[in-house]
Amino acid sequence: MLKIDNLHARVESQAILKGLNLNIKAGEIHAIMGPNGSGKSTLGHVLAGRPGYTVSAGSVTFQGQDLLALETEERAHLGVFLSFQYPVEIPGVSNMEFLKASVDSIRERRGEPAIDSVSFMKQAREACKNVDLDISFLKRGVNEGFSGGEKKRNELMQMMLLQPKLAIMDETDSGLDIDALQVVANGINAMRSPDRSFILVTHYQRLLSFIEPDFVHVLSGGRIVKSGDKSLALELEERGYGWLEDVA
Amino acid sequence: MADFMQQAVSAAAATAPDWLRDIQSRGRAAWQQTPMPTRKTEAWKYTSLEALKQPFAPGSRNVTATDVSDIRFPALGGPTLVFADGQFRADLSSLELPAGISLVRFEDASAEQAALISAQLGTAVLPHRHVFAALNDATLADGVFLQVDAGITVEAPIQIVWLTSGQSGAISMNQRLLVSLQANSQATVVETFANATTGGTPFTNGITELLVGRGARLNHYRLHLEQGNAVHIGGVHARLDQDSLLNGFHIALGSALKRIDVVVDHQGSGGHCELDGIYLPRDREIVDYHTCIEHSVPHCSSRERFRGIIADEATAIFNGRIHIHPQAQKTRAELSNKNLLTSNKAEVNTKPELEIYADDVQCAHGATVAQLDPSTLYYLRTRGISKEEAEVMLSYGFINELVEAIAEPGLQDYLKPLLARRFSRDSRLTRHLL
Repeated sequence: MLKIDNLHARVESQAILKGLNLNIKAGEIHAIMGPNGSGKSTLGHVLAGRPGYTVSAGSVTFQGQDLLALETEERAHLGVFLSFQYPVEIPGVSNMEFLKASVDSIRERRGEPAIDSVSFMKQAREACKNVDLDISFLKRGVNEGFSGGEKKRNELMQMMLLQPKLAIMDETDSGLDIDALQVVANGINAMRSPDRSFILVTHYQRLLSFIEPDFVHVLSGGRIVKSGDKSLALELEERGYGWLEDVA
Repeated sequence: MADFMQQAVSAAAATAPDWLRDIQSRGRAAWQQTPMPTRKTEAWKYTSLEALKQPFAPGSRNVTATDVSDIRFPALGGPTLVFADGQFRADLSSLELPAGISLVRFEDASAEQAALISAQLGTAVLPHRHVFAALNDATLADGVFLQVDAGITVEAPIQIVWLTSGQSGAISMNQRLLVSLQANSQATVVETFANATTGGTPFTNGITELLVGRGARLNHYRLHLEQGNAVHIGGVHARLDQDSLLNGFHIALGSALKRIDVVVDHQGSGGHCELDGIYLPRDREIVDYHTCIEHSVPHCSSRERFRGIIADEATAIFNGRIHIHPQAQKTRAELSNKNLLTSNKAEVNTKPELEIYADDVQCAHGATVAQLDPSTLYYLRTRGISKEEAEVMLSYGFINELVEAIAEPGLQDYLKPLLARRFSRDSRLTRHLL
């Protein structure tokens, strides 16, 4: 599904990713852990196509296509979804308008007609329920005045409506209390399917006790310095990252 | 001083009804004493009056209904007075009046109504401060008078529509509205200015006075939908009595030049004023709002929010003055002005101007100028929304908060598609806004 080969990327003039390799097959969940500043969020934004993030070497192939050659919105049309660590607040644009614009844009590229309002409302209400968000949030400005946890659940709701092929969850667990974490984990688990892959960017093992990853990678200094199964996360919890940075 | 204005002042003196003579001569005196503003006049620093150098003729009396039939204005179902090129059009108006209100043109006023007009007209305007208000006084021949009797609540919005045909070349119009809400009455007044897009250069001098009596509540909307070469210099001057409420909403699409002064004078304690405004100049258009809230007495509050989106090579000017007099203790005043520039050549001059002479007051003000936020655009694009659609959504969103706050649902329904079209003529880019 996704093949990242020797990826080097800069943010403005600073080199952040320095030769990252990662291979993700359909249906897999990959957790990416690592210390602050190791490049975890940068990886998510490079895959999503954030302006100002420059790839200086390497390649990313998504379902056989050169992902890096595509515009941000075209990547979304192919099924790449980034759940933001810090979702943006957009006063004046209602969550509903935003979600429908998003769903319609993706349908349009698949050659499907715009979704009718009644079906959309039904889906949106259902998605709200699944992430334990009151439907009044649909009428509010996008993320406007939402708490940290509400913003993360709103991201998750978008993922449910957009049904992506590859979902990159950037620290979706940070700032959540244990109940909210459970909601988010249930949401992600419910979305698991043989043709959908996940990248879970996280600091903590905590999320991984709710969502069982197929692989755990440690990102440090812009490269993956260690990969393993879920037991690696437990080992990191005990030993920290120091011993791996020495290896790198 | 432009010759045509001088001529208009002289001509008007001859034709006015007797009872308008006093205000005319007062206006004439102020007009003669007050120099025509130049770019060196502080209140006109950013606004050139170059557009008024050409000669303007008085509005024609020969406009037909067809000449103005393409001009759109909101249909809100209440009493509606329509003027075309300055002339009243009974054929386009709807004059079924609910009980307890007078709505009459100065020309048609009964002796009793004339006495009411004379007693109130000009009491909210200071012509020596507003030279175009002085010109309006000096050339006053007709106008509209609305009075709502004490204790009466008028549900249906009352509309005054000023249309300008496109076939008349450069014409000038003097327009005047006097609204008087007696104690504890309530009403909604919608003023719309619109012109044909086919051509013509109308110059409108529209002055509105709002007298909001004790405990009365007025919703006042002033829609400047004029486009193209239209020039409008005018203002709204409000006087608020004790415990009264004024909800004002202003919108100006751009045209060659629009300069609107909004003055609210709190003259009785316990009054509250909300003033919202939107301006949207593009191409090389100029829109200039000068607002002034006078807090002359204690225990009043005001909240003012103006937002502008300035595109292409357009210019916007916003000057928001709050003047808190020494005796106006316990005043609460808020002013916010936000601007979005959508091009590198767009210009905005914004100045909040606070003059506070009382010590026990709460006052907050802020002005911002920004461009569309790249990280917000990125966020929308990661959800599959094209850059073009995201830009339209964000521009609309920038002013939508104020549109959603409009209390009159029919007006929201009218303005939303109009504004969406303003941001893109491509309906695919606006489909999610409506």
